[in-house]
Amino acid sequence: MKVIKIEKKDWAGGIGKIQDGYRLFGPVRGENFHDFKALEKGESPDLNFQNTRLSPKSVVYPQTEVLFEYSLDEKEVDHHVMKDAVKDYSPKAVLGIRPCDAAAFLLVKRNFDAPDYKDPYWLKSYDATTFIGAACNNPCSTCFCTTAGSGPFCEEGLDILLVDATDCYYAKAITAKGENLLKNAGWNTEADGGAAEKIETLKKEAEAKISSSVASNQLKSKSTNELYEASFWEDVSFACINCGTCTYLCPTCWCFDIQDENSGSSGIRMRNWDSCMFPLFTIHGTGHNPRGTKLHRVRQRFMHKLKYYVDKYDNGIQCVGCGRCVRACPVNIDIRRVCDMMNSYDSKACACSEK
Amino acid sequence: MLGYIDKIKEISKRLLDEGKVDMIIGFKKGTMPMMNEPCFVKTPDEASKLVWDSNCGINLANYLTDRKEKIGVIAKGCDSRNIVTHIIENKIKRENLVIIGVPCKGMIDRRKISAMFDAEVRQVSEEGDAIIVKGNGFEEKLKKSDLLQDNCSTCIHRNPALYDELAAPLVEEQKDIDKYADVRKIETMQPSEKWDYFDNLLSGCLRCYACRNACPLCYCPTCFVDEANPQWVGKSQDETDIRTFHFLRAYHCAGRCTDCGACERACPVGINVRAFTKKLEKDCFEMFGWEAGISIEKRPPLDTFKPDDPGKFIK
Amino acid sequence: MQNPYMPYPVRIDEIITETEDRNLKTFKFVFLNPDDENKFSYKAGQFAELSVTGKGEIPIGIASSPTEKGFVKFTVNKVGLVSSYLHSMKVGDIMGIRGPLGNSYPWDILEGKNIVIIGGGFAFTTLRSSIISMLDPANRKKFKDINVIYGARTPGMLLYREELAAWERRDDINMHITVDATNDPDWKYNIGFVPTVTEQKAPKADADTYAIICGPPIMIKFTQPVLDKLGYDHDHIIMSLENRMKCGIGMCGRCNIGKEFVCKDGPVFTLAQLNATPREY
Repeated sequence: MKVIKIEKKDWAGGIGKIQDGYRLFGPVRGENFHDFKALEKGESPDLNFQNTRLSPKSVVYPQTEVLFEYSLDEKEVDHHVMKDAVKDYSPKAVLGIRPCDAAAFLLVKRNFDAPDYKDPYWLKSYDATTFIGAACNNPCSTCFCTTAGSGPFCEEGLDILLVDATDCYYAKAITAKGENLLKNAGWNTEADGGAAEKIETLKKEAEAKISSSVASNQLKSKSTNELYEASFWEDVSFACINCGTCTYLCPTCWCFDIQDENSGSSGIRMRNWDSCMFPLFTIHGTGHNPRGTKLHRVRQRFMHKLKYYVDKYDNGIQCVGCGRCVRACPVNIDIRRVCDMMNSYDSKACACSEK
Repeated sequence: MLGYIDKIKEISKRLLDEGKVDMIIGFKKGTMPMMNEPCFVKTPDEASKLVWDSNCGINLANYLTDRKEKIGVIAKGCDSRNIVTHIIENKIKRENLVIIGVPCKGMIDRRKISAMFDAEVRQVSEEGDAIIVKGNGFEEKLKKSDLLQDNCSTCIHRNPALYDELAAPLVEEQKDIDKYADVRKIETMQPSEKWDYFDNLLSGCLRCYACRNACPLCYCPTCFVDEANPQWVGKSQDETDIRTFHFLRAYHCAGRCTDCGACERACPVGINVRAFTKKLEKDCFEMFGWEAGISIEKRPPLDTFKPDDPGKFIK
Repeated sequence: MQNPYMPYPVRIDEIITETEDRNLKTFKFVFLNPDDENKFSYKAGQFAELSVTGKGEIPIGIASSPTEKGFVKFTVNKVGLVSSYLHSMKVGDIMGIRGPLGNSYPWDILEGKNIVIIGGGFAFTTLRSSIISMLDPANRKKFKDINVIYGARTPGMLLYREELAAWERRDDINMHITVDATNDPDWKYNIGFVPTVTEQKAPKADADTYAIICGPPIMIKFTQPVLDKLGYDHDHIIMSLENRMKCGIGMCGRCNIGKEFVCKDGPVFTLAQLNATPREY
């Protein structure tokens, strides 16, 4: 795997060249925090951040997406028939995505790229994107990526791993897509032999800084119904206000709603992010709601992330340890605490010890 | 305010011991700096896990809606006013509540504090009127009065309006406070400036509804944004739909809002949601001389009709 | 990449009001593109998303049988926004259907077996599809005894009344039609709830007998103990579930019970499978 050395003086020029061939997205500082935005020509990504407030999932999977268009005017030839909406799947690049968020896309892809059905919108958008990851030299106190299947220098889901080595950047080309982008950017200087060692040192230092963890090794062996009936859900769910903060900020959440919206005699069929936390998520037309209580919904979120997904794909939990939900939850419900409770749950023990 | 917790625990233990309540609703220690998690305790032993400090800004009245048990609830000034509103609006029965009143000197604003430092804030503790903020490689001692939530710094109802027990002696209410300075700043903007201000304000909104759900007043079984038949508000990120949600929600809270700040605290993207509700609070005060939740005897002006209403429509 | 969200355009060819309260109508759809009918090749037990342009989509069980060519039929209950609008549509109107979706009844296992069909109310739609498929001359030999217990609140609330009467006259199927109550002196069939009639008329269980149940939760709740009493193993009891759906293809994450999606891993499950999942439906 090639490692390219990028002198900091060559950075801006390379960014400009990338923007000639790709729609570039990168972290931009708003009033109080960073978020991924489409960068204007000449605008540089601001890599001076720990992680963005919102996950970059909206770059591939926008919050509102038009699927089809239609006409309701009976005088039109194809009235009431769905027509494909015009989409832009030209190449894009995300520069500065953290390894946890890139790994999250792979977790989500399992849902949209199934053997029997494939979601053309998500997949085409994902395939058009080149991911240039920024390794974390300085993880947050709430990052628990190393015990959630990822890590500050993890390469899963990335096309390039960018490492800030203070005097320069090292860019490790992981895929052909990544190599292609580096060539387009004009970043061609191969790093000398010592680079690999430098990267490895920085990686170990970063991993040592991770102070938060979850235990998930027993989740697969637990009985679904026993976890479902556990007595701790009442305590876990009490504070929850059933907003959509955790689900909307989470890079591994993907639930959506499909709706038709009309304007005069034409309209669109669109999809919008939706959340299992919302009370009406599962309501039937008859008014029956299988998840009609807060407890049901909070339990569903954690069971889905930490049990159903584990059983379904046999490849770890549906979480990459980015810590956004922990930082943003208005009532401080903590997935790390719940994961440990589920992982250590013993239905035969009298009570779950609370930390 | 730190000394309060002993009295709160003592009252809670006693109420549970004597069977006067089925549960106490309060806070337990959070896992993040400057956060506590709302919780319930059902046994006297569990009461020892309750905490109280300057990170208790969440409005616990939000957890009372439609509950049938006998509940001991820990309430600051603003919370207690929301409890009054809940009682008047039949969302909770007065006889089911034992209100443990907490005279409040203000809650600190975690976003304000985090924004003051480039590096991550890892630990925040209190010592009297000082707040000590620590991170990797830094430690600073700051004055609590500089770090209060905006609504706390202009609060003139710090003592609970309704209570059964008090966790501490009543505090002096702040005097000569200009409650509506920030509203007037917006009111006096030029129309195009105002338009930009509100455009900007709502540009980050995700429609997560944290503001609505954190508010004790928002208890409609089906919120107007969720109605499907007919559908009033679109579900997408359309700007008009986002504005409709915020404007209408503010109007639904008009005359009932106590400016507890729960909405602003809850917003994950830091929108100053109170810009809307504060304006309507000002209007209610100036038009009707009304402040929500002060007395259990009076109904809010926007749901009452009186023969001597000054409005022309009633003549 | 084929777009699984794109419905096949169809035209409403016929609308029949099934029940006396007018809340159930059977729609007959004809594909605008004849090729689409081949693409829509389905088995009894599957469902489709009926797409009403400008209103939305609803997941409805397919009432017609794959042996009936040239059209597909759905019986729709008027419940909410989309179904109400659909009920107001006319013959000749254009809309869409997406599918076939879901798994069907397990016809490969059911071959060579005795089948007991138990249905209630308007959940009978996919059971009609099943019965017509089984009774088709090309298929009848593949199954042994067929017993059908079907009940509704009153005679006017039964679906497909003419077809029920026709089946009743056949000797290769045992029909046990029942109503909860009726004042009609000419009513010739059973009177009683479905669980009661099941206890009286259903055959005892054995390794070669399977029960398919489809009905409102309350009917299932009281029928299941009856089947237990008759000795049916839980992997010989087949059920078809409902849940709120949007995409119908296991993507939007809404309809899951445990790790199963009702739209993709179901809607047909055995009771044994359901016992191992949380009861969130």
